[in-house]
Amino acid sequence: MNTSTITDISEAEQGTSLWRDAWLRLRRNRLAVFGLAVLLVFVIIAILTPWIAPYGYAQQQLAVGATPPSAAHWLGTDIFGRDLLTQIMYGGRVSLAVGFIATAVALVIGITWGAVAGYVGGKVDAVMMRLVDILYALPFMIFIVLLMVVFGRNMLLLFLAIGAVEWLTMARIMRSQVQTLRQQEFVEAAISLGLSPATIIRRHLVPNALGPIIVYTTLTIPSVMLLEAFLSFLGLGVQPPQTSWGLLISYGAETMEEYPWLLLYPGLALILTLFSLNFLGDGLRDALDVRSAKD
Amino acid sequence: MRWTCAARRIEPVLKVENLSVSFVTRMGTTKAVDDISFTVDKGKITAIIGESGSGKSVACYSLLGLVPQPPGRIDGGRALFHDQDLLQLDPTALRKIRGRDIAMIFQDPMTCLNPYMTIGRQLMEPLLYHKKVSRAQARSRALELLEEVGIRDPVSTIDNYPHQFSGGMRQRVMIAMALINEPELLIADEPTTALDVTIQAQILKLLASLQAKRDIGVLFISHDLAVVADIADQIVVMQQGRIVEAGKRDAIFRNASHPYTQKLLHAIPHGGKPGERPVCEPLVTVRNLCTWFGSRKSPVKAVDDVSFDILRGEVLGLVGESGSGKSTIGRSLLRLVPVTSGEVRFEDTDVTALQGRALKNLRRRMQFIFQDPFASLNPRMTVYDTLAEPLLLHGLESRGTVGAHVLKLMDDVGLARAFVRKYPHEFSGGQRQRIAIGRALATRPEFVVADEPVSALDVTIQAQILALMQELGREYGLTMLFISHDLSVVRQLADRIVVLHKGTIVEQAGTEDLFERPQQAYTRQLLQSIPGRTLLNLDAPLGESTA
Repeated sequence: MNTSTITDISEAEQGTSLWRDAWLRLRRNRLAVFGLAVLLVFVIIAILTPWIAPYGYAQQQLAVGATPPSAAHWLGTDIFGRDLLTQIMYGGRVSLAVGFIATAVALVIGITWGAVAGYVGGKVDAVMMRLVDILYALPFMIFIVLLMVVFGRNMLLLFLAIGAVEWLTMARIMRSQVQTLRQQEFVEAAISLGLSPATIIRRHLVPNALGPIIVYTTLTIPSVMLLEAFLSFLGLGVQPPQTSWGLLISYGAETMEEYPWLLLYPGLALILTLFSLNFLGDGLRDALDVRSAKD
Repeated sequence: MRWTCAARRIEPVLKVENLSVSFVTRMGTTKAVDDISFTVDKGKITAIIGESGSGKSVACYSLLGLVPQPPGRIDGGRALFHDQDLLQLDPTALRKIRGRDIAMIFQDPMTCLNPYMTIGRQLMEPLLYHKKVSRAQARSRALELLEEVGIRDPVSTIDNYPHQFSGGMRQRVMIAMALINEPELLIADEPTTALDVTIQAQILKLLASLQAKRDIGVLFISHDLAVVADIADQIVVMQQGRIVEAGKRDAIFRNASHPYTQKLLHAIPHGGKPGERPVCEPLVTVRNLCTWFGSRKSPVKAVDDVSFDILRGEVLGLVGESGSGKSTIGRSLLRLVPVTSGEVRFEDTDVTALQGRALKNLRRRMQFIFQDPFASLNPRMTVYDTLAEPLLLHGLESRGTVGAHVLKLMDDVGLARAFVRKYPHEFSGGQRQRIAIGRALATRPEFVVADEPVSALDVTIQAQILALMQELGREYGLTMLFISHDLSVVRQLADRIVVLHKGTIVEQAGTEDLFERPQQAYTRQLLQSIPGRTLLNLDAPLGESTA
């Protein structure tokens, strides 16, 4: 990119090089770009669903019943005669929102908590991590049921509740990463330059700990989506006629012998999302690891 | 081992002819070893010298089938060990020879011993594997050998785990392990590089005496000519996969013909620092400094009641073995570790009491250069980010103007401007250390603590970095605390030297005084451990030092 006759660094080259370089590397990874594109398309569809869905999500045609894919209903209908494509589109709104928002909540809390505990160490670390242990020990279901009872059923609460459980593992991973990195001399060098602890965590520790975090994140999103299905199944998540991929899949599984398409298409939507996430996750991890790809 | 050597006929144990090894990767084929030939004679030490990347280790590892293939590929040549060509043997036959007839000692005794096995079991393993002996016999043989390599009280330590031994002791265990099957050839890959000078001297002496006693051949791999100067019989110098020069030790040292050998010889630190500087007022005053770690009841006294001054503009050498507390002193001065008691004054401010903004401002004026340039740079930051960070932090430049300053710094430390967007892993050790020096000097500090800045580098690179530090020291008007275990390096740079032992000061004196007239026994012992002392004085007769 540069020649040996550089005299000054252009404006365009300013800014955090790590992220810019990572983006350049990510763009060269075809699978990751594919994953990103699929996810973007899904998200756009999810946002536009109320305007582009072929039918209303609660619109039943009991007389039609369950029909296989046809020209009127591209992906067929369920036993109440509801259009499956419409259901998948509306279900995607819930599933994607739960997956991304709950994971984002877990990421923010987990990384901050783990980084602070690992960096400060000592008594602070002990107290912070014991708190994590206590939350780990709390039965998850009881925790969610309690939240629902106290605050009533509410989508936002569902996001927060799942996020509040998922961050525990994130915090543990982050803490162990930071503890290893903290020993390294470049952190000491940063201290001797006079950087504040917050800056050291942000600029020197978090970027170096991202590899395992990204891998874990790509595992968290699908598990959160399935968790939502489980909760909905128990009557704690979204309720019919609202739906989600997880619910569609669990209903589809019940009737898969008679109406296999009811399982097939929601399943495909979820699988495609998970594949894309994994491709993107691997691509991100490689792109952020400056040692992996030689230009 | 076999007592036919009465005739003292020199016969080669190992004869390598026209060995070529290359590595095949997606990027293309690299010739790692290119048509080299050498011999190791019975009862003699042949040393292969070269910098990292010269192919010296690859050459020796390929003899034992330890180079993974692919990517490695042996292109040709022969390696005769008792009339059988090691390169033609199948893996099973080679495994029989490895550890029984040919043994190896590796560089890092910590990583080469299994931390979950007692050293006794690890010692007995090769014996039980290669020879039909009972466990009891194996154990008594292990005890004998531990005794022989100088482990104190082997009966009570044989069941200890590796971490319970010091680095030097572990290397002795490794040697015992290598010798337990009475091999005829010993391959030692940088066996002392990870050790302190005094320990290094002991290990070299031990190796030489064991080798002479058993009459085995030794192939000694090293990057440091000085280390082998005292023990080698034959020296083979390798550069970029080829042998550039080979011959008897004395011949190599007295009249090396190849320019690369001359460069290596020249890179051995010797002589003192030219010129004396006028003595002026102290910049840093250290009084009764104590830095203790661990519990209050039984603290580890890393630094115990140490007092000294660092004068403005001087380079003060701080010398000691690992564990002497020299790094802890450096870190205490810069508040990188909490000080237990005592006083550190920088001009008139007490460093130990500073907090917040005052501490940050002081850090602009005091900087640290670390030992390991592979650990001291953030792997995810480019040269640009690394060098710009201190400038922006202390408000010396704005985002818009910092670029020019970064490039100026790169010029100062001798890095090509084209590298500005590269990440640390794309650089060699020497280049990385230049980046680290650039970062330390970015804020134009008055005082720099350099903690073993060259000990992780190859000798020729060492010489370059030391020259750079000397030059920049003058240019930036630096006062420096130069910490090292290597007296010959310190001698080149320091005006005065403080000798440290177990957390306390043993002796402090002007550099030449210390070298000419050491007052304390410990200082004399350190001086005697400097490798290649025979080289420092080439007029003195060579030859007796192997004894």
